[in-house]
Amino acid sequence: MSALTETVWDVVVVGGGNAALCAAIEAAEAGRRVIILEGAPKTYRGGNSRHTRNFRCMHRGPLSVLTDSYEEDEYLDDLLRVTKGNTDENLARLAIRTSEQCLPWMEAHGVRFQPSLSGTLSLGRTNAFFLGGGKALVNAYYNTAADLGIEVVYEAQVAHVEIEDGRFNAVEVEIAGGAKQRIEGRTVVLASGGFQGDIDWLARAWGPAARNFLIRGTPYNRGVVLKDMLDQGADSVGDPTQCHAVAIDGRAPKFDGGIVTRLDCVPFSVVVNKNGERFYDEGEDVWPKRYAIWGRLVAAQPDQVAYSIIDSKSANLFMPSVFPAVEADTLEGLAEKMGLPAEKLRQTVGAFNAACREGNFHPTELDGLATEGVEPQKTNWARPITDPPFYGYSLRPGVTFTYLGLKVDETARVTMDGRKLENVWAAGEIMAGSILGEGYLAGFGMTIGTVFGRIAGQQAAQGAVRGENSHAA
Amino acid sequence: MPLDQARTELSTTEEARRQIEICNACRYCEGYCSVFPAITLQRSFSDGDITQLANLCHNCRGCYYACQYTDPHEFQINLPKALAEARTESWERFSWPGVFSGLFQKSGVALAAALIVGFAALFWAGQALRPESGEGFYAFLSHSVMIGIFTPAFLLPLLAIALGLRAYWREVGGAPVRLAYLVRAFREAARLKDLSGGVAGGCNFEKEDRYTNVRRWHHQAVMYGFLLCFASTGSATILHYVFDMPAPYGLFSLPKLLGIPGGVLLTLGGLGMAVLKTRGEKNLGASALWGGEMAFVLLLSFTGASGLALYAATGTALVGWVLPVHLGAVLAFFLTAPYTKMVHGFFRLAALVRNAQQT
Repeated sequence: MSALTETVWDVVVVGGGNAALCAAIEAAEAGRRVIILEGAPKTYRGGNSRHTRNFRCMHRGPLSVLTDSYEEDEYLDDLLRVTKGNTDENLARLAIRTSEQCLPWMEAHGVRFQPSLSGTLSLGRTNAFFLGGGKALVNAYYNTAADLGIEVVYEAQVAHVEIEDGRFNAVEVEIAGGAKQRIEGRTVVLASGGFQGDIDWLARAWGPAARNFLIRGTPYNRGVVLKDMLDQGADSVGDPTQCHAVAIDGRAPKFDGGIVTRLDCVPFSVVVNKNGERFYDEGEDVWPKRYAIWGRLVAAQPDQVAYSIIDSKSANLFMPSVFPAVEADTLEGLAEKMGLPAEKLRQTVGAFNAACREGNFHPTELDGLATEGVEPQKTNWARPITDPPFYGYSLRPGVTFTYLGLKVDETARVTMDGRKLENVWAAGEIMAGSILGEGYLAGFGMTIGTVFGRIAGQQAAQGAVRGENSHAA
Repeated sequence: MPLDQARTELSTTEEARRQIEICNACRYCEGYCSVFPAITLQRSFSDGDITQLANLCHNCRGCYYACQYTDPHEFQINLPKALAEARTESWERFSWPGVFSGLFQKSGVALAAALIVGFAALFWAGQALRPESGEGFYAFLSHSVMIGIFTPAFLLPLLAIALGLRAYWREVGGAPVRLAYLVRAFREAARLKDLSGGVAGGCNFEKEDRYTNVRRWHHQAVMYGFLLCFASTGSATILHYVFDMPAPYGLFSLPKLLGIPGGVLLTLGGLGMAVLKTRGEKNLGASALWGGEMAFVLLLSFTGASGLALYAATGTALVGWVLPVHLGAVLAFFLTAPYTKMVHGFFRLAALVRNAQQT
């Protein structure tokens, strides 16, 4: 390990996901000596990028696997809709505009896209899907990094970023649980993700309910570097109490369940809490548009759990679930298997069924088939739950990412007390709050990571040369 | 919960089903090969569905290296291995007669023993049944003796494989076969589409998560080499019986024009496959079969090489040695074919036909 500590690296990249890799590749291609400090072991490398699937990309005409066109204004409108305007429009436009040139760059660095998608999401125009998903993308970038001679250290937990007089000198890092070592660099790119892996931090921000949340992504995003930077006075963006949470299968693993834990059954179901009471309009809008709000809704229920109940009419209307549904021939039997009060569930479903009316049911569009005279109303897809067998899924909030992060400018430069740090850049989830203040847009996390990762890498490469010259002088 | 229960209790088919159901909820891999689009057709999977999917898999391993749920993740996905094990179990189930099932699949030693028996049989025939006169090979082994040995040694294995295919077709619920299905299946087999990794440019067999087409090319060399050798023998048979032109044949005859490139492809392709096998991660296939599979590709390669050696020895006294060696290898190859990796070609083709019916 002495080579690591004796070298003064041109660019130290903290983190090992998409943004970190994009930064490292850019810097190495500019001729710099680059080291990647990835906190996870090799098998879990790549942070949350392992779990991603696609990249949202602006394009003025057909581009690679993308059809038609998806131009800046439409993309920005989509972003403004989900963030309710809570974005830095300047940075957002930069990310959107640059995304167009990123796609060919990704292909040139080994990323493969699926020619067309036969699945459930009709995103062939706006989103390019990675062949094999995010881990395949991460693998491609690690192979590129190896070919470029980038040093990669796994299980390298950065504990402290040394900043003195607005200038970065070194990081303190523990490798594979060993003693702290000091790795020096001329520049640093911070791309170490959010803090959703630190349940205590989530609980401080959200209250004790957060201890019942499930974390959909990597357990290695514990926000250590983010906290260290904020403690040193780095400027922050985003609300620490906010995180993006969706309602996922309640039986999912505590960490790292990823995509398969999603449940698409809610619009065709009645959803009750542990007391057997309904609490929200299950048919408010098409899934997945309303998917995101259910994390919050379930988080507000007792014990942060809810139960989605359908009958045999709806069993095949949504994507297959990873865990089989709980199944019973009667509602009472289902209640017993799921630990719900049977009599109360029977009453709730009875009242719901009585409020259903005749009409045309269209599972793929807003059909206006609404209930009458029940609170809360179900405004679409309201069909009585009557045909056995009955099926139930438990729901829990699953955290996708946190919003609190480092504030950056259009060169991905980090500021402290309003002043630009000389040689510190940030990319990916650690600065995504600068653009994505709330809500979520499928594939936009990868856009931010790729665009700002590349910018950070280019900037750091230039900064390393300047730093070298200034030392020489 | 259900997914992390002790998996040692699951049968091979149940374990493959457990993994396939996770894949069906994920669907990130749908561009790699035919297995994933086939999975998305269903929500629940019968044993026959598992058999079909297992025989559709070409063990390219692209999905394994792309999967975020591989060990040490608690979902423990290793689909290439799960399907390889389900696939070889299905071959054992379909093999006829069942007494040989599994023997040559698993055991390289058994296949080597078969080869020695093949040599011995031909050397014995060469000594005991030596013709009084004859030209070329037939100076050492008469045409009628060759026919007497190889006609049953060719037809009986074919019958056994046909019975196995019938059992396969029943288990996977196959429908009547139409020409369009056959055309599509043969076209996909001809270019080994499912080893192409979709747009990835090959598979992940021997260089971990890097893509290469090396395995696909070697496999094609073996496949086309074998078919050319087969066509060479077939053309010689026709020349002999229809045109009354017995062996030996000159360089510019049909048997040689087919057989020499065929032998070269088979020899080099087989050796290449053997080398690649030493580089691939054992635990992503049916690791218990590694020895049997290695012996099989080496036997293929040896059969091709000994055929070329026989041609090179034409007109010399060496023919007396090389001829029984080559014919012994051919004999061992044919007789064990229903019980070696050779069957994968037949079942894969059947799976491609079935897939053409379904997708």
